[in-house]
Amino acid sequence: MKRSKWLEAGVGAFVLAGFLGLVFLGLQVSGLAPGQAEQNFTIHANFSNIGGLKERSRVTMAGVTVGRITDIELDPQWLEGRVTMKIDSDVGEKLTEDSTASILTAGLLGEKYIGLSTGGAPEMIKDGGTIRDTQSALVLEELIQQFVSNMSK
Amino acid sequence: MSPLTSLGHKTLNTLESLGRSAIFLVQALFHLPRAEGVRLWLRQMYFVGVMSLPIVAVSGLFIGMVIALQGYLVLSGFGADEALGQMVALSLLRELAPVVTALLFAGRAGSALTAEIGLMKATEQLSSMEMIGVDPLRRVISPRLWAGFISMPILTVFFSVIGIAGGYLVGVDWLGVDQGSFWGNMQGSVIFLDDVMNGMLKSVVFGVVVTWIAVFQGYDLIPTSEGISRATTRTVVFGSLAVLGLDFILTALMFGEF
Repeated sequence: MKRSKWLEAGVGAFVLAGFLGLVFLGLQVSGLAPGQAEQNFTIHANFSNIGGLKERSRVTMAGVTVGRITDIELDPQWLEGRVTMKIDSDVGEKLTEDSTASILTAGLLGEKYIGLSTGGAPEMIKDGGTIRDTQSALVLEELIQQFVSNMSK
Repeated sequence: MSPLTSLGHKTLNTLESLGRSAIFLVQALFHLPRAEGVRLWLRQMYFVGVMSLPIVAVSGLFIGMVIALQGYLVLSGFGADEALGQMVALSLLRELAPVVTALLFAGRAGSALTAEIGLMKATEQLSSMEMIGVDPLRRVISPRLWAGFISMPILTVFFSVIGIAGGYLVGVDWLGVDQGSFWGNMQGSVIFLDDVMNGMLKSVVFGVVVTWIAVFQGYDLIPTSEGISRATTRTVVFGSLAVLGLDFILTALMFGEF
């Protein structure tokens, strides 16, 4: 009987420790924070060149991650890259109609992400609205091409 | 026997044993543990799960440490050694933890399950149980299957956590990667639902497959000492191959961009 008690306690501790491990993987490794604002404010932005931006890339505001890109597709009307992102709703509510979105690079060769900055217009952007003022990615090849063609003039 | 006949014979045999194992799995699964079954299940959880912990923990520690060491050598060549945390965490969570845990599990717990059930069959314990009206599927097989299914994801979590701790030990404490960028880059790139949960899903699939193979090989073997040794070998070989093959399919479905 005593042995069986130990056995049951061992299995209980095993399952409990497994659950705690999963909590560790959630909180410390993937950076989930309890009570984090829901990222369910959707905005769109059209870029003439998305240059290596991917789904799941970060969306930042003043360098702080506030959301992620959920979808990238080609806008058939304007032939531009149409990026859909979900951001924290309390940040989304503070974005004005004339906010800007630009594609930035972490370091020289790092991953691409979107930087948002807000403007001064009185109207706020709506959930599901589109940011008009965008800045496309810097593509290294284009820069080099421009540089070379200027040199040869 | 002509080669053609023997080929047909082998194919039919394979198909037959596949069908038998599927029927066996369904029968055993639907014998859900009752009050007394929970006892039996707990005992199996102890032998299959808790006793596998040391080997899983030690392998996880060393694999995490070696990824950090190798990763550091490559990444520091690009001046990108702060991406070490992300590399250790993603390779462990997505691939190494589910796969290596399943391989170790097939070797340690799977072979033991096959040998134990096989010996029960060889010494006619299973048929005596049937004679006194105890269903061996319910009493012997079902608790072992459920213990395997539930232990594997838990062991995988242990593997990941200890592997990341090993990577931290080598990367941050010994090689001097900045602690903040180690965790920060990791948190920036690991997504709970996509990376952690897909890894867990893999380990659930591996748990089902490896335990199923182990238990069925034990139940279906030829009851001689040679039969037991062959079945134990088959458990480890088939189990490992099934894990590696399924891992490719699951990875393509989860992370491939179709």
